[in-house]
Amino acid sequence: MKLEILAALNAEREARRAAVLVTDVASGEQRLVREADLAADPLAGLLAERLRMGKSGMAETPAGDVFLTVQAPPVRIVVMGAVHISQALVPIARLLGHDIAIVDPRTAFATADRFPDAPVYAEWPDDVLPKLGVDRYTAFVALTHDPKIDDPGLVHALKSRCFYVGALGSRKTHARRVERLMAAGFTEADIARIHAPIGLAIGAISPAEIALSIMGEITATLRRKPEAAAAAA
Amino acid sequence: MTMLATDNDIMNKAEAWRREGKGVAIATVVETWGSAPRPVGSHLVIDNDGNFLGSVSGGCVEGAVVTEAVDVIESGAPRMLEFGVADETAWKVGLSCGGRIRVFVEKVD
Repeated sequence: MKLEILAALNAEREARRAAVLVTDVASGEQRLVREADLAADPLAGLLAERLRMGKSGMAETPAGDVFLTVQAPPVRIVVMGAVHISQALVPIARLLGHDIAIVDPRTAFATADRFPDAPVYAEWPDDVLPKLGVDRYTAFVALTHDPKIDDPGLVHALKSRCFYVGALGSRKTHARRVERLMAAGFTEADIARIHAPIGLAIGAISPAEIALSIMGEITATLRRKPEAAAAAA
Repeated sequence: MTMLATDNDIMNKAEAWRREGKGVAIATVVETWGSAPRPVGSHLVIDNDGNFLGSVSGGCVEGAVVTEAVDVIESGAPRMLEFGVADETAWKVGLSCGGRIRVFVEKVD
């Protein structure tokens, strides 16, 4: 692999843009196809299909056998709420190889001291979420318990193509949230995207256990139904 | 805290090693049959001193891949390796799970 290609591959991942590396396994020759240039590539159909499935693999082409390295952007978790559960979510997400960002306009919560290993945005969701770019490789998690903060975040998430939306709160809290979102014009189908109560039912009690149950649910959504996720994309 | 290396770290490390002037190879799982511990697309990166990051199996064949990778760094020619239960190499460094994998090893130039 040429160093320029490796550097470009790393740069595309850093910028959260998908790309496919085409390697002729007989000669070792390679080319990097960025998502934006995909349509112009001679293997456009094949590359688009593999990208949609998110799966690397061998393929037969008229020019010989190639290996396609599909590089989808890393999963990112955007968390509303610089709370105790979020502090536990950061190392779990990191261990799994995901990016994570914390958003909370309450400056007493959103400090680098409390979150030394994750970017923290002490801003309102309406200001920061458009900048972050909630894309289809993003999981959105609302944990503040405060509708003033969670709701605008959820509105943004439901309008985006993110693959997971979860919101903390009891069934009662969620019922009131559903009413507010319906009043804001969302349909039942939109609102059904929200996992609430959030997390897998593992009887979690401590903040770390709740973080684990949330991460388990995100992982299940990510891995269990790739076709469904692809169809929604 | 030392964290488990992710694909992110692995490919960034390959680039960093090369920019430091080291010889570097990238090994990639390109095909698997049966039960294989790491999915297609998994990477192991190796420098010319035999340092490595990532994995192409559950630790079963990494040693053999590193040895081959050092040769690839010297020769510059890519290689396709195959490990499984049926060949002699497998007897030495085989996959205990009974699967079979093909690993493409290339130099970063």
